[in-house]
Amino acid sequence: PSQCDLLCSQNYPLYIRSVPTENELKFHYTVHTSLDVVDEKISAMGKALVDQRELYLGLLYPTEDYKVYGYVTNSKVKFVMVVDSSNTALRDNEIRSMFRKLHNSYTDIMCNPFYNPGDRIHSRAFDTMVNSMMMQVC
Amino acid sequence: MEGVTLSEAEQRYYCDLFSYCDTESTKKVASNGRVLELFRAAQLPNDVVMQIMELCGATRLGYFGRSQFYIALKLVAVAQSGLPLRVESLNTVKDLPLPRFVVSKNEQESRHTALYSSDAENPASYSGVIPPPPPGRIQGKKGSVSHDAVQQRTSTDQQESTSPIVSPQQSPPTSPHTWRKHNRHPSGGNNERPLAGPGPFWAPFSEVQPGSSTSSDPIWSGHSPPPHQENWVSFADTPPTSALLAMHPASVQDQTTVRTVASATTANEIRRQSSSYDDPWKITDEQRQYYVNQFKTIQPDLNGFIPGSAAKEFFTKSKLPILELSHIWELSDFDKDGALTLDEFCAAFHLVVARKNGYDLPEKLPESLMPKLIDLEDSTVIPVVSEVGEQTGEVGYSGSPAEAPPSKSPSMPSLNQTWPELNQSSEDTAIVHPVPIRMTPSKIHMQEMELKRTGSDHANPTSPLLVKPSDLPEENKMGSSVKFTSGNTVTDGYSSSDSYTSDPEQIGNAVTRQRSHSGTSPDNTAPPPPPPRPHASHSRSSSLDMNRSFSVTPGQQQAGVVAYPPAVPPRPQPSQGAGPHVHRSVDADGLIAHTSTSPQQIPEQPNFADFSQFEAFAVSGVNKEEEDEIETHPEVLQVEKPSDSASSLRVAKADGRVEDKAPANVPSSAGKGTTPLAPPPKPIRRRLKSEDELRPEAEEHTQKTGVIAAVLASQPSIPRSVGKDKKAIQASIRRNKETNTVLARLNSELQQQLKDVLEERISLEVQLEQLRPFSHL
Repeated sequence: PSQCDLLCSQNYPLYIRSVPTENELKFHYTVHTSLDVVDEKISAMGKALVDQRELYLGLLYPTEDYKVYGYVTNSKVKFVMVVDSSNTALRDNEIRSMFRKLHNSYTDIMCNPFYNPGDRIHSRAFDTMVNSMMMQVC
Repeated sequence: MEGVTLSEAEQRYYCDLFSYCDTESTKKVASNGRVLELFRAAQLPNDVVMQIMELCGATRLGYFGRSQFYIALKLVAVAQSGLPLRVESLNTVKDLPLPRFVVSKNEQESRHTALYSSDAENPASYSGVIPPPPPGRIQGKKGSVSHDAVQQRTSTDQQESTSPIVSPQQSPPTSPHTWRKHNRHPSGGNNERPLAGPGPFWAPFSEVQPGSSTSSDPIWSGHSPPPHQENWVSFADTPPTSALLAMHPASVQDQTTVRTVASATTANEIRRQSSSYDDPWKITDEQRQYYVNQFKTIQPDLNGFIPGSAAKEFFTKSKLPILELSHIWELSDFDKDGALTLDEFCAAFHLVVARKNGYDLPEKLPESLMPKLIDLEDSTVIPVVSEVGEQTGEVGYSGSPAEAPPSKSPSMPSLNQTWPELNQSSEDTAIVHPVPIRMTPSKIHMQEMELKRTGSDHANPTSPLLVKPSDLPEENKMGSSVKFTSGNTVTDGYSSSDSYTSDPEQIGNAVTRQRSHSGTSPDNTAPPPPPPRPHASHSRSSSLDMNRSFSVTPGQQQAGVVAYPPAVPPRPQPSQGAGPHVHRSVDADGLIAHTSTSPQQIPEQPNFADFSQFEAFAVSGVNKEEEDEIETHPEVLQVEKPSDSASSLRVAKADGRVEDKAPANVPSSAGKGTTPLAPPPKPIRRRLKSEDELRPEAEEHTQKTGVIAAVLASQPSIPRSVGKDKKAIQASIRRNKETNTVLARLNSELQQQLKDVLEERISLEVQLEQLRPFSHL
């Protein structure tokens, strides 16, 4: 079980995908609480140059058998991923790569002139990519 | 001519058509001119028409009597259904659809066909819709309608309903009817329609339609309409879309119309002749011409880009929902740069047209719509990767060196995920692309490749690979490194793939795509099945066998022998030259199946593999080794997995290993899917198998079985007098055993964790319930 969230700068969700879909409420709650941690990390980063490494926030906090990973883009769009702690084979660099893919897909969506930033994301390509990624995790 | 039995509907239809053709009202003979027109409208190739005429006896008689005419019509229906033209087919073919004639020759005919159609046409609803008569018509651009009816329409401006080019096979007769009906509606209404912005935009659509119908008859004769989707003019199935199309003539009359009409007309003609029916998404020349012209209105430089905002405005005029436009954009903006090149624009436009015609948007960009990449001969990369099943784009690469080495690895059909295997089977296609599917150093390599191609669709990491075959010598390297000729590659493959299965999969996908796709229908929504591997049975069986053997219950000594059939018995398999490939495929399977497979297995296996290979080559025709291998494997396998079937297979196996394997394969494949442990062991087995295969078969097999039984008895220690080979085998056996135990432990731990999690979940749910009342606070 895991979930992948994409939140915009105002912290409202642009995209949420859970696998499996039960217990979604718990995931939502977890993500919401993790936003504080994300903000804390962002502010701690300061104005330093933001390169890819710093975009990846790493493990935000592990609780309740879930590990929460965060990633923030330069435009303060946050990606939060909640994965099951029992998924021991999931390594950090895999998470990084997943975030990178998410970021790339998000960029592709942004390139779409029909997409207004701040809208919910309905892109099929994005869904496909996220699904395939989540399948790996679960 | 033999008599023809006609159904009621056919009788009426044919009668009407005969009346239509009976210009001289003779009631006996249909005028040749009209008949010919009709046949041309049937959009059959000329030779088919000639054949029909011969068959029905008209050439003999020199005229079309009623019976000849009916026979001819029936043959037209037969031909349109794609059946061979035979006299016998006249009466034997059941449920033949009515022959379709594209252009409504006249109102009467269309009316009749409308009658015959089952759809309830709603004239009222269509009245508003007026088929977008090509303004061109109005302006007389479309000239060459030879049909009287059409010409009449032309004169009336919008009434031209271009009868959509209906693909004989499918579009329901109604669609032409609808158009015809629409045509009848005076387009006076059209003129009234105020089309603001969209007008010019839509003119093209309307124009196209009329254009298609207006194109000269001769063009039609040889042309069967492209399959449904191709009929973007045809508005075939969707009345609602026609409403959209009705946008309009008023606007049509604008500037664009003139130009577009002209282009549409010519385009239609060309299109008719050139459209390929296999490819529903193919853009015909006339369509392309039209698109190019539209592109020019936005961006005069054909090599330039249309910025996203301009494209957005343009396509918004199509009145499609933003969501669909967004999807179309995603499909067509191949390089994801926020701008459309000419190719991308044409693809997008084509998709819009199709969508307006009611065709659903594909999940991935069809190959024919893919922009031609400059550095590829064949280009076409699939922009969207949907996990595993992407359809492959055309292969741009003439030869994939990477593929060559692995070549024959028959991929297990059961493993859809084994893209790497697919890639390796170079046999299936002339896949040029060297992309090494197995990522040996792969992960890093792939990442590099990915980074290289940041511009390309990230969803498709493979696409970059596909896109730039020439640019990637590294890929070649990877390919070579991936070769399984050396066992080490397997290791690499394992390790890298282990941690990064996604990339290999994608690459595999890409390669697969390349391969399988070469020009096949773009409509694959699923990746084309891997080309049949030459040794498919063999390799597959081996891998499956291995799986099975893993699933063999431990403790089956006999079973051990049997359980291990996959590995060993295959010896006799003829095609086994691909032993290493087999391994590879197995490896791939293993890798793919278990992304999270315990890595520790990997190191063991490769070593094992190495040894196996080594042994295989070093020791030739050593039955004993085979036996050992067989034994060891069974031991290992047995410990972990039960497989009765395997044992039985083994026993049953005599000389026909292949056959034996086949059944074994089946169960093992099943076992493979289910047991997490299966994949890792597979490669090992394979190696053994390959070795086995390399060795002479028959005798060894029999010897083996005998020896195996004996050896099994002494499983724990396999005394070998052979020397280091044996020791190596034993070592690997031990390693495998350890791996198995580890995996079993892991399995149990996971089960335990699962239980714990479930318990937690329950408790949390309870808490949630308790807290729920407070949530309102």
